[in-house]
Amino acid sequence: MMNIAIATPEIFLLISICIILLIDLFLRDDQRLISYILVQISVLITAFLLISTLHTNKQLGLNAMYVQDELGGFLKISILVLTSTAFVYIRKYLNDKNLWKTEFFLLVLFAVLGMMIMASANHLLLVYLGLELLSLALYTLVAFSRDDSRATEAAMKYFILGAIASGMLLYGISMLYGLTMGQLELQAIAAYIDTQAILENIPLLFTLVFIVGGIAFKFGAVPLHMWVPDVYQGAPTATTLFLGSVPKIAAFAMLIRVLSESLGLAQSGWAQLLLVIGLLSVIIGNLLAIAQFNLKRMLAYSAIAQMGFVLLGTMTGTLEGYSAGLFYTLTYALTAVGGFAILILLSHQGLEAETLDDLKGLNERSPWYAFIMLLFLFSMAGIPPMVGFYAKFSVIQALLQGGYLWAAIILVLMSVIGAFYYLRTIKMMYFDKPELDFTLKTTTLDFKLVLSTNGLLILILGLLPSSLMSLCTNALVTSLP
Amino acid sequence: MFQQFIFYLFTAVLIASAIGVVTVRNPIYAALCLILAFFSSAAIWVLSGAEFLGIVLVLVYVGAVMVLFLFVIMMLDLNLDLLKEGFIRYLPIGLGAALIIIIEMSLVLHMPTFQIKQPLAVLPTNNTEALGEILYTDYAYPFEIAAVILVLAIVAAIVLTLRRRADVKLQNIPEQIQVRRNDRVRLIKMQAEK
Repeated sequence: MMNIAIATPEIFLLISICIILLIDLFLRDDQRLISYILVQISVLITAFLLISTLHTNKQLGLNAMYVQDELGGFLKISILVLTSTAFVYIRKYLNDKNLWKTEFFLLVLFAVLGMMIMASANHLLLVYLGLELLSLALYTLVAFSRDDSRATEAAMKYFILGAIASGMLLYGISMLYGLTMGQLELQAIAAYIDTQAILENIPLLFTLVFIVGGIAFKFGAVPLHMWVPDVYQGAPTATTLFLGSVPKIAAFAMLIRVLSESLGLAQSGWAQLLLVIGLLSVIIGNLLAIAQFNLKRMLAYSAIAQMGFVLLGTMTGTLEGYSAGLFYTLTYALTAVGGFAILILLSHQGLEAETLDDLKGLNERSPWYAFIMLLFLFSMAGIPPMVGFYAKFSVIQALLQGGYLWAAIILVLMSVIGAFYYLRTIKMMYFDKPELDFTLKTTTLDFKLVLSTNGLLILILGLLPSSLMSLCTNALVTSLP
Repeated sequence: MFQQFIFYLFTAVLIASAIGVVTVRNPIYAALCLILAFFSSAAIWVLSGAEFLGIVLVLVYVGAVMVLFLFVIMMLDLNLDLLKEGFIRYLPIGLGAALIIIIEMSLVLHMPTFQIKQPLAVLPTNNTEALGEILYTDYAYPFEIAAVILVLAIVAAIVLTLRRRADVKLQNIPEQIQVRRNDRVRLIKMQAEK
């Protein structure tokens, strides 16, 4: 059963990437706005094409390698909308830094295509190919400002560690291929798992370790977190903004598709792995973030801790846990995009704002943006009424329902410790004197508008989380077996 | 009988050329030995019925990778003595590693799991055709994605390497042709001087 039309959004995105790549060759430097608008339009049209596929029944296509369901559609639309938001911020950065090449946007679109493939993969081969497409684009984006030796070093580290992680995932997949006698389709693997005694099947447990390892690398969770701070710090802020937000959604898609949809019945096997990885991430991420004075590094360790929450929510293997994880990932991605956008706002031609000192006295320089940043930091720290509080709350609730009382206690303790470095940053913004006494450069209207909406959305979603939460739950209910 | 003779012939050439890769003095000869090794293993694959893999090995490795490799070796000014230094010193370590690999492989090959009684599937006589048939039908989607990854690799490589360098004195031909008088000659009104 081929049914090529099922993949219309992906095909459309790929064709528009190729067309923009060609059109861009004929544009002069002062016409860069045209290619930017084309990129934005193609992202939005792809999202629009996906909306029509929502609320349809689960459908397989392309020889049962592509699945069209509510979860995939929901994840892909979130990826596209967040990417479109990120483009607004990235455009300002590239203009300010004289780094403009339309290929930056196109590489991001390639990454988005990879994420879309992962989100609707029904076959482990597709999960792997989507992941490679995403990772290759990200490696290039990290090295994008090639005269910067730190960026090149970060890209090299990311590339080598990423290759090892891909190898681990592929090794796990190949063992699964052997165990199931040549099946890689998610349902076929689920059918195989159904016949096995999980905890006595040593090769299967061995396989789980490798697959969880590959996924944990993409999340940047603790034993495989070494790349996160270096890459966040070394990459151009525009890349960090994208890398630190949208791919987390794709990582969650991979987590759900591989661990829950195909290996869901082996939950007793991977739950312990995720429990240890998640707790270590939360502990080490929060403790090491305290020692960071580089804001990008601090946000990197904070991301490690946040991803620990996602893994712990998913670890429970219940619907509550999955939807808490999905909700957490989405809201964190939204917060991270905004947080890095503030860094882009503070940077200009000569200065790359990345240390805590650059935030000092932000309130005097611009009270409104200081307030927006306050919203982001409060949300990351999990202080009500920001959305981060509700996300943490639902993860802890899912843990308690699963009977992991002590894990929940550790999470709460670590959140309190984590609140320290977020509050320290807020203190610097509001109570310290600015070291650089100039007012912020004026920005374009779209940047102001999108950043303000982004910030306020964190607050509004925090006050009214139920609609997003029910969207998450609904997507999971209709899509998981 | 004849097939066995061919097999042992190619195996002998393969082993001899593989030893040659690490022992000959000239790196060009080493690369040529490696090409010979690839070629003989391709022949062995063809002999055992995997003709597609054999052809790909010759096309990709011998045809593309090794030619590129030879270019690189010829471009770089290699210090041969430095490369050969410590060959005897590292020999015991190398032999030890080889011994371990041999033991491991013989253990693996004698495990009951790997004793395949009958082939899992009937081998088609023409496996190039068989591969092509499923690659362009059942696996068309992943195949296309692999193509997208290659496109991305091209774009990425060009983005990272192509740039205008200010310090290179390069003629810009279109600019030279389109030059107008006003770009080069400037008439300045000056006061008459004594």
